[in-house]
Amino acid sequence: MSILVDENTRLLVQGITGNEGTFHAQRCMEYGTNVVAGVTPGKEGTQHLGVPIFNTVERAIAETEANVSIIFVPPAFAADGILEAIDAGIPLIICITEGIPVLDMVKVHSYLRNKSTRLIGPNSPGVISPGKCKAGLMLGDIHIPGNVGVVSRSGTLCYEVVSQLTKLNIGQSTCVGIGGDALPGSTFIDILRLFREDKDTRAVVLIGEIGSTFEQGAAEFIRNEMAKPVIAFIAGISAPPGKRMGHAGAIITGSAGKASEKIKALSQAGVTIVPNPAEIGLTMQKNISES
Amino acid sequence: MKIHEYQAKLLLSQYGIPVPQGRVASTPTEAKEITTELGGKAVIKAQIYAGGRGKAGGIKVASTPEEAERAASQLIGTRLVTHQTSPEGIPVTKVLVEEACEIERELYLSILIDGTARLPLMMASEAGGIEIEEVAQSSPGKISRTYIELAIGLQAYQGRKLAYGMNLHGKQVGEATRLMANLCNLFIAKDCSLAEINPLAITANGKLVALDAKLDFDNSALFRHKDIQKLQDEEQEEALEVQARKWGINNYVKLNGNIGCMLNGAGLSMAANDLIQHCGGRAANFLDIGVVNNTNRVVNSFKMFIADPRVKAVLVNIFGGIARADIIARGIVEAYKQLDIRFPVIIRLAGTNVEEGKRILAESGINFIEAKDFYDGAYKAVEAARDNK
Repeated sequence: MSILVDENTRLLVQGITGNEGTFHAQRCMEYGTNVVAGVTPGKEGTQHLGVPIFNTVERAIAETEANVSIIFVPPAFAADGILEAIDAGIPLIICITEGIPVLDMVKVHSYLRNKSTRLIGPNSPGVISPGKCKAGLMLGDIHIPGNVGVVSRSGTLCYEVVSQLTKLNIGQSTCVGIGGDALPGSTFIDILRLFREDKDTRAVVLIGEIGSTFEQGAAEFIRNEMAKPVIAFIAGISAPPGKRMGHAGAIITGSAGKASEKIKALSQAGVTIVPNPAEIGLTMQKNISES
Repeated sequence: MKIHEYQAKLLLSQYGIPVPQGRVASTPTEAKEITTELGGKAVIKAQIYAGGRGKAGGIKVASTPEEAERAASQLIGTRLVTHQTSPEGIPVTKVLVEEACEIERELYLSILIDGTARLPLMMASEAGGIEIEEVAQSSPGKISRTYIELAIGLQAYQGRKLAYGMNLHGKQVGEATRLMANLCNLFIAKDCSLAEINPLAITANGKLVALDAKLDFDNSALFRHKDIQKLQDEEQEEALEVQARKWGINNYVKLNGNIGCMLNGAGLSMAANDLIQHCGGRAANFLDIGVVNNTNRVVNSFKMFIADPRVKAVLVNIFGGIARADIIARGIVEAYKQLDIRFPVIIRLAGTNVEEGKRILAESGINFIEAKDFYDGAYKAVEAARDNK
């Protein structure tokens, strides 16, 4: 098993005809992902990368039974794209777009509140269940199937961790990038809950960073509701307060946003903290061999 | 994005929020003239992108136009150091000259985005004039909060709740409620990330007035606010960060070490900075190179390292995903050709097209130190910086 995406995923790509959409849709298809449709307003009836294009998400779902949408729409229009996909009732949306205005996302969250759709991102590198489905920007071939779940706010740091795991022959059940924005659709808790229920996930790597209180939320959840081992690395222990470190959400605005506070909360919850980001794979190896 | 207090107050008054009378001055003579217009007395406030000005001597009271002139000349052209700035401080090029208000009480009012509720949060307190974090620590009961739903906006009852929370009575409740609604309108209309009035003063004649104001804006929404974009004052920012932006490097932050860093992805870049610290060194900067389609930005990153005299060694750590290792390698070779690189360069490449990247570096004949993995790169960079005195 795995979470979120697998061999039954029928992927819809919103913004498939753009540069990024084209490039990554193609890479996902090469990995073996079943890309069934694209949406670009005004291009219905055409084909792109051998996939039928529709004017609306609603039409695409009706015609192709797509069950996951990945969004590559430019930032000014991306919130509209997410709202359209929610309205069409798709169960899972993965939004890759970086730089969506925060108040646009506030609207999206208000609309999402009473819906059954799950949103990952925005500013997410995507989701991969190795050997089954890749819906994101990550390199497929650094992943191998296995029993470690990975959840990360950062894309590249996730790749680094996965390559450390793979080098030690530790496979992954699913790797989820929840994204670097201030208002992500899914937080650590949402993904940890899925990993907890997934029988093929035996341990989890959590990769957090400065800003927000998502890691503290994760700590509370782990302490009360998660028996599976979790190891964590928090990026930004050397970051100064008040400076935005690349991600929109990576800014220390109060004491809770500091890496040290997150580390304290997680270690009090029984999470193994890795101080050296080059030793995340080794720490997981030790953790597995001990259990 | 930050703006100055005087610009924030102009926006507040456009949205119907009372602010003290006054204007911005760039010269002591102007400050004197404005003080005369205001009746001979004024408060002179240094305009910088940082708080803590009062304690740092950045706010002066003048009881004659000549005193105002003198106060302005003591501020304009200097660098002000507060607990929120770097030790070098920030240049003062303008002062705000305002009428001196007689204050009865100081309150607090702000709106920011609450990441957990995913909604704008309005906070009010009867304890104004001090930092809200302090109030939250010492007397959390003095802060009232209410969330704002964008679909319906701030409702009157919410304003009343906060007004009573600030210990207001009678006519002031209605006045405060209208002021809050106006601040909320401004926050939403201009895509603010923070709107803070601290203190919100009650004057001797019982009126509410925004004595200080801070507005920050969502960088991601600036594309739809050209008027706000124009307010940006680059002199208030780190010179190296402004230069980086001009060279197309949008994710550059000056840090206080001596190892120049060219990295990719926000998380991996932060982690590389952390790893350098873990190995006993300090990074000179955070630099997420982003999506690289050609070699320009790589060459420009090296220009940044040369422009920064503190840099004793450079660490390149790239895990190619969208960024391709071969383009990065070509860029480095190009930088060596174009520039006079005198510091040791440690390179770790991984990910997309890494073999091609390594071949390009090896065949170029450039003098660099190869690192076999993430740790090795950071370790060697710290060593190289230590040895390059």
